[in-house]
Amino acid sequence: MLKRAGESIDPAGAVIAIKDAAWPAPFASELEFNSPAHGTWNIVHTGMRVPGARQIYVCAGNCMRGVVLTAAEMNEADRFSFVIVEEENLLNGNLEDVTIDGVTDVIEKLDERPKAVLLFTVCLHHFLGCDLERVYGELESRFPDIFFVRCYMDPIMQKNGLTPDQKLRKAMYDPLPRLTEEEINNRAVSLLGSDFALDETSDIARILEANDFALRELPKCSTWEEYLNLAESGMFISCYPSGRYGAEEQAGRLGRKHLYLPACFSYEEIIRHLEELAASLRQLRDKGGSENMKEISLLNYDAEIASCEAALAGALSEIGDMPVAIDCTFHPRPLGLARLLIAHGFSVNTVYLDGISPEEKDDFEWLRVHAPELVLSATIQVKMRVLPRHGEREVLAIGQKAAWFTGSRHFVNVVQGGGLYGFDGIRRLAGLMTEAIHEEKDTEDLVIRKGWGCESCI
Amino acid sequence: MRQAYRIIPIYTADVSGVCSALYELGGMTVMHDPSGCNSTYNTHDEIRWYDQDSLIFISGLSEIDAIMGNDDKFVHDTAKAAHELKPRFIALASSPIPFLNGTDFPALAEILEDETGIPAFAVPTNGMHDYVYGAGMALAAIAERFTDPAANSGAGGSGGTEGPDGPGSCGSTAGSCGNPRSVNILGVTPLDFGPLSHGETMKKSLETMGWYVISTWAMGDGLETISRAGEAAVNLVVSSVGLRAAKVLREKFGTPYVVGAPVGEFTEKLSMTMERAVESRECEVAYLTAHTSVSGSGGEGTGTWISASSSMEEPDVADITLIGEPVTMGSLAAAIENQYGRSVRVLCPLEEWEGLLSPEDEAVSGEEEMEEKLKNAKIIVADPLYKPICPKDSRFYELPHIAFSGRIFLKKIKKMPGFAELL
Repeated sequence: MLKRAGESIDPAGAVIAIKDAAWPAPFASELEFNSPAHGTWNIVHTGMRVPGARQIYVCAGNCMRGVVLTAAEMNEADRFSFVIVEEENLLNGNLEDVTIDGVTDVIEKLDERPKAVLLFTVCLHHFLGCDLERVYGELESRFPDIFFVRCYMDPIMQKNGLTPDQKLRKAMYDPLPRLTEEEINNRAVSLLGSDFALDETSDIARILEANDFALRELPKCSTWEEYLNLAESGMFISCYPSGRYGAEEQAGRLGRKHLYLPACFSYEEIIRHLEELAASLRQLRDKGGSENMKEISLLNYDAEIASCEAALAGALSEIGDMPVAIDCTFHPRPLGLARLLIAHGFSVNTVYLDGISPEEKDDFEWLRVHAPELVLSATIQVKMRVLPRHGEREVLAIGQKAAWFTGSRHFVNVVQGGGLYGFDGIRRLAGLMTEAIHEEKDTEDLVIRKGWGCESCI
Repeated sequence: MRQAYRIIPIYTADVSGVCSALYELGGMTVMHDPSGCNSTYNTHDEIRWYDQDSLIFISGLSEIDAIMGNDDKFVHDTAKAAHELKPRFIALASSPIPFLNGTDFPALAEILEDETGIPAFAVPTNGMHDYVYGAGMALAAIAERFTDPAANSGAGGSGGTEGPDGPGSCGSTAGSCGNPRSVNILGVTPLDFGPLSHGETMKKSLETMGWYVISTWAMGDGLETISRAGEAAVNLVVSSVGLRAAKVLREKFGTPYVVGAPVGEFTEKLSMTMERAVESRECEVAYLTAHTSVSGSGGEGTGTWISASSSMEEPDVADITLIGEPVTMGSLAAAIENQYGRSVRVLCPLEEWEGLLSPEDEAVSGEEEMEEKLKNAKIIVADPLYKPICPKDSRFYELPHIAFSGRIFLKKIKKMPGFAELL
């Protein structure tokens, strides 16, 4: 048995100082390790956001096991079914029939018809040239009352194209109906592509509220009708990078403007995004008629920045020189966060990531100059299984993987940015960091749970 | 439709079975798959993942490499990792797409062995069989490649005289050579038996019966210990996962095997069967001979994990229905019949059951058939995730099985007694 043999393993290839790292791929693509931190959402969690829908997967046993137990762990087994693909289906070339008949069988056994079925086909369908049009056509004709959403669990495609996650974040809005101009509500904005609702104090939420625009978000929809109402908004926005593609596609399909306003940690970028939002809200206001013509009110940027600075200074006074580690599951902008914290005096020593987003090119370059010894550490490189996970000092970990890799019990337990956004997000993060150093967490119990924020029965 | 599942999950599949069986042996297991097999395994099928390191990785197979038949990257990446991490062996497991492509894994293993000097072998999985198949094949490969051919299976039925005691004369540190009460326990993984402590209770129950356990395949013992398996007088197959390895060891060392898992009062019967096997050199499924017909009246159990008590109203259906892996459930059935005088049948939803079920038992395939078979069941002992397809008026006793519900009931499992002490 192998136990903590890592002391004798050379970390080269898994760990590198940022001054020596290549952009955007600091580590070679080789065999992969998967850490026990499982809080990030997968396609099952995300798909469950569509109220009234049922997920049906058609795949082989090993792939199926992961998704069916994801549903069971989040206590949503009664919204999940599947059809198992066996060897003979590959050899007989009858994958279309198995898919159609299996899905039909499942639906006919249900006590209540779902509004929509998120039907996930897989790599095998793709490789066998399965006629998916025939599959969906037949199912739509058998069940005209059900909307069949074309979903894919085909990770074999993700290195050269869209990930299953990106495709799902597009497909899950396919049932939204096309509307006439008269049916569109120009006093509402829909946020698409995010697993989490924005915090009510987030910059976007405050601006929309201050200007009498409604904010509609899928995580807040509890009925099919509320979900369909997402289509009524006069404008779509997206904040989560994996959701951008889908939001853009849906905006194009439904004839709506789309704004990509990614969550970030730079004051300048935040202001740029909020100004963009304001300009688009003015356009919406103009469409809305003369009674809504009052000027769009914005945040007081100086006051917001001053408030962020105070929050960060407060956190620094508590955290001091305690080492800080950040990981890429905490937020899509781990380098932007490292930059913010380093610029404010925090002792960030490691960022755990496997690749660098094009959105972080500037942050990468800044850190190479201002924090050249900052360590970038892979999370999936094979050596990460055995390299030592405890340093000499307790680490403040920001993110679940950082907590596991550093063996820390003081960590900020959030994934994918949670509902943090803008100036408000920075202030809230400062609070979470301060809270983390004062509160010891049961790291093992928390990080192994799938789908942070979902119900978990383990 | 047999392949359609409305509400219950499926069992751990073959790829995870390989990883689970080899977890503690110091090797490196590589799943050739894009992504899903890895996260499925280490999230739901592997309870040791958080704090016990093991070199189990995924290749991250891409579309272009699959289409172009580019095995070079897989070989290169695996060889590189092996050079860096120095595993005791390299095991390769296939998934649906490489299976579809006809990837020649035995050849890839040979190349890797040549390149690295590290023993390498392939386990012919494809992600479409259950864990018993995968784990069974993996342990069989270990039996073939890593058991010491010089080990002395000298018990021979009567050659030894020592009990479970100290060193013997063959140079073995444990001194089991010639010991007619030496045994390997085959087929122990967390998938069927839960945490290590539960495996230990099984070992202790055998030791209480005067048996000396040489090795446990493969939980709690490393490759060195397991390599001495040929010294045993008998092999005990405690789950169907261990059957293939038992057959290899039978072929290689002539060691007889007995199929059955120690549990409750059945342990004594099992021990007697093992003694008989040592003498006769014949293999036997212990619980099938113990699984005698029961009239339907008997004492009620109290103070045990499963206390079966119910009146017999359906003459054509056993009092109690057990669902699960055939060897553990068959053994439990024998123990219940023996201790409580209730008739018990086993419904086996796994693939490898031939020769492991009694005439009253049934192999069942798929949710639909299982629901049908359960229609008249009165008392059901099974994993809690079977509950939604059980009759509302049946009595349901929860027996969580990691190979079915994964880690969902792990906290409960940890509080339960080990399998050997269920009754």
